[in-house]
Amino acid sequence: MNARDTVLARLRAALAGAPPTVPVPPGEHRRQGDLPPGHPELVDLLEHRLTDYRAEVHRVAEAAVADTIAGILTAAGAAAVVVPPGLPTEWRPGPVEVVVDDDLPADRLAGLDGVVTAAAVAVAETGTIVLDAAADQGRRVISLLPDLHVCVVRPDQVVATVPEAVARLTPGRPLTWISGPSATSDIELNRVEGVHGPRRLHVVLTDG
Amino acid sequence: MRIALFVTCLADTLFPEAAKATVRLLERLGHQVVFPEDQTCCGQMHVNTGYPDEALRLVRRHARVFAPYDVVVAPSGSCVGSVRHQHAMVARRAGDERLASRAEEVAGRTYELSELLVDVLGVTDVGAYYPHRVTYHPTCHSLRMIRVGDKPLRLLREVRGLDLVELPQAEQCCGFGGTFAVKNADTSTAMLADKMRNVLATRADVCTAGDASCLMHIGGGLSRLRAGVRTVHLAEILAATENTETAGERDRLGVRP
Amino acid sequence: MRRTFLGMPATAPRGVGHLRGDESFPAAARKALGDAQLRRNLRHATTTIRAKSGAVIGEVPDWQELRAAGRAIKSDTMARLPELLEQLEAAVTGAGGTVHWATDAVQANRIVTDLVRAAGADRVMKVKSMATQEIGLNEALEAAGIEPVETDLAELIVQLGRDKPSHILVPAIHRNRAEIREIFLREMPDVDAALTDEPAALAAAARRHLRRTFLSTKVAVSGANFAVAETGALAVVESEGNGRMCLTLPETLITVMGVEKVIPTWDDLGVFLQLLPRASTGERMNPYTSMWTGVTPGDGPQQVHLVLLDNGRSAVLADAVGRQALHCIRCSACLNVCPVYERTGGHAYGSVYPGPIGAVLSPQLTGVADNASLPYASSLCGACYDACPVMINIPELLVHLRSQAPHPRSEAIAMAAAAYTMDHPRLYAVAQRAAGLGRVAGPALPPPLNGWTASRDLPAAPPQTFRQWWSENRSES
Repeated sequence: MNARDTVLARLRAALAGAPPTVPVPPGEHRRQGDLPPGHPELVDLLEHRLTDYRAEVHRVAEAAVADTIAGILTAAGAAAVVVPPGLPTEWRPGPVEVVVDDDLPADRLAGLDGVVTAAAVAVAETGTIVLDAAADQGRRVISLLPDLHVCVVRPDQVVATVPEAVARLTPGRPLTWISGPSATSDIELNRVEGVHGPRRLHVVLTDG
Repeated sequence: MRIALFVTCLADTLFPEAAKATVRLLERLGHQVVFPEDQTCCGQMHVNTGYPDEALRLVRRHARVFAPYDVVVAPSGSCVGSVRHQHAMVARRAGDERLASRAEEVAGRTYELSELLVDVLGVTDVGAYYPHRVTYHPTCHSLRMIRVGDKPLRLLREVRGLDLVELPQAEQCCGFGGTFAVKNADTSTAMLADKMRNVLATRADVCTAGDASCLMHIGGGLSRLRAGVRTVHLAEILAATENTETAGERDRLGVRP
Repeated sequence: MRRTFLGMPATAPRGVGHLRGDESFPAAARKALGDAQLRRNLRHATTTIRAKSGAVIGEVPDWQELRAAGRAIKSDTMARLPELLEQLEAAVTGAGGTVHWATDAVQANRIVTDLVRAAGADRVMKVKSMATQEIGLNEALEAAGIEPVETDLAELIVQLGRDKPSHILVPAIHRNRAEIREIFLREMPDVDAALTDEPAALAAAARRHLRRTFLSTKVAVSGANFAVAETGALAVVESEGNGRMCLTLPETLITVMGVEKVIPTWDDLGVFLQLLPRASTGERMNPYTSMWTGVTPGDGPQQVHLVLLDNGRSAVLADAVGRQALHCIRCSACLNVCPVYERTGGHAYGSVYPGPIGAVLSPQLTGVADNASLPYASSLCGACYDACPVMINIPELLVHLRSQAPHPRSEAIAMAAAAYTMDHPRLYAVAQRAAGLGRVAGPALPPPLNGWTASRDLPAAPPQTFRQWWSENRSES
């Protein structure tokens, strides 16, 4: 017997005599929150949760996104940023050098000051944004190596609960769930921001 | 109401005052207490030490002895927990389904003292008088196995003269754990040290609880420290009245001479 | 019992990995209890995490329903484990990944070592993983001339300190900031000599230390928190970003996963991603969770391997009561609430799985005889059961395993005699009175019961037992 057959045979033997399986009852836990996606109170909650874990939040009109991004990057002293190829061109910040990701090597990405992406969905209750590597979010690595991440979220992407986010996401895509900047609780179990991932996270919440 | 006393082997042998207090309290409240004399031990020590096969005969005895009674009370959360959560398991493990269902029936009619008073008899003011500063330790099996919740505290709050002080980190185990206290004596002692520190911080005269076993552990530690704090079973406080506060009773129930 | 028949459930082999300690729990605990610094560190850390976790769990209106859902999903998973693993294998393979099966630690270590060699690498970077610690992968890699680099901050602290992990989630929980600073100053080349013990400064030092490794290492090894049978997605839940580095930067990614980590459906993630962070780090959500399904062209590792590990899990599954230990999602909530763990720390448990879950999982993976003292390393206080996000009844399991443990002969004789006596009320009454008389000898007990009287007095024997009082005062006859 090869290892595969051995393991499966062992597990089947272990279950021999067990009662036949019955379908799992659906359970009483919430599949969605009380408020529909994009509800203003949900966006407020998302802002509160993000801020609580030291992300910086900017609430702006859709038309002001580019200026807001430019302001964040300038204030942070970022000279060059990477953007995914599908980022709306109107969001590209004017005053800094914008490098469109074209399979850039990791060393090059690590040398850039920041990254600007969109998001796939955001979870208000947990203060989480999820990237699914779509064209406006790019490869996973571009939002990892630069030390500053600016992420733009539209209200219709904001859901209340984790199950709603899971339901919206496409299985099979590479996903990155981000809740605040890189952090660790490894020293005396206190949360400290800033280890290997971006140490600063700015979330731009648009009005439409 | 006719109530059968499940005395527990520990209270019977080493802490009869807790059992006698249970009898006096229920009689004072107008109930008839009976003591089925063929009872011995629920078998919890055997089960928890890894001897469920040996416990089987004790489970069978317990179910047989208490089967005739509509209401059974024990001055112990731990022993009630064993009856509720272990007896049927021990029977099923031995393949005795009939005993398992009998044990479940008995368990359904078995109450810890504070449960009986509050849930079954519907009383929180039992007419007790106990002029002492008291702190309450919720024993693990009362708290998490049978979930008596705040029933003991509701009873204590109605006791006249009693100054109830909250125990810091009350929900932490005292470190008794039956044979744990012997097999892991060092760890048990470390847990006890913290429990005693919290008891002493309350500046209470008396530490009470619903289990004689945990009180034996805490009281044994306090006695070794000569800390001046006594352990008294909840039943003894609830049974105390102005009339029992005689010199002799004060010596036994109270703290310092 | 150790069974080696092919195809029959088997415990984890001896001589490899880290499931067995060198000494019994009471002996190891005794040493730990004497370390005042360790106890202060543990008390501080567990008190902190209990408060944090309690606060964020309090925000969730359906926490108990989520726990029940977690338990139901895991029970269903165990009942269908072989089918779900085959489904997972097909999904991962279909997405361009390669699935390997390992009956035990030896096989798993060989598979990983061969894959690293085939990739032409002499160094791998690792995301914190209980499974690879369990099987002793680092030692196996080193023996093959391959350098494993732990990238999780706590694992790095442990590795640099030539130490052993003592907590599932926070392996360096036994170290405080001052001790961590000393380790970094001693072991990190190029570290700033002015390094302070501020946690932020320590984290920044780790960032600088590992950055070059992340950018230049071609093979990474990870574990997995969840694997979705339905879609083939694997998930790693982390905080620092070291996981993201390892999961996206290398050319080759090797994930070693215990077979019990599979979950049936994509939607099930919605339950576990709520339970895990709040129960473990006490956060609403951990900073980073990565999910990948086989190979994504142009994004991340293009060689993706999954090693499915038995190493004793089939033996656990074979025990109808014990199999709930396989439901564990490694959150470590049970450690953080355990009064025993808080005082002894993780090393006393001997195995990589410490605390209450370790006391039930390790003996089952190895066979109870090889970890016979662990089921007794608990006062059965029940705090672990209340804290467990998937409702594993750890106290019930501890008692169950005690019945399988080898018993000291003298204890077994005494227990049988006690049960016999207690089943004969007349004998019992005689024994009760003898117990009272025996106490006249004084307030101390002979060995082995002197463990009691070393620190506690015995109660004074009462003048009469309750049943004596009853027959004199109440008995109708």
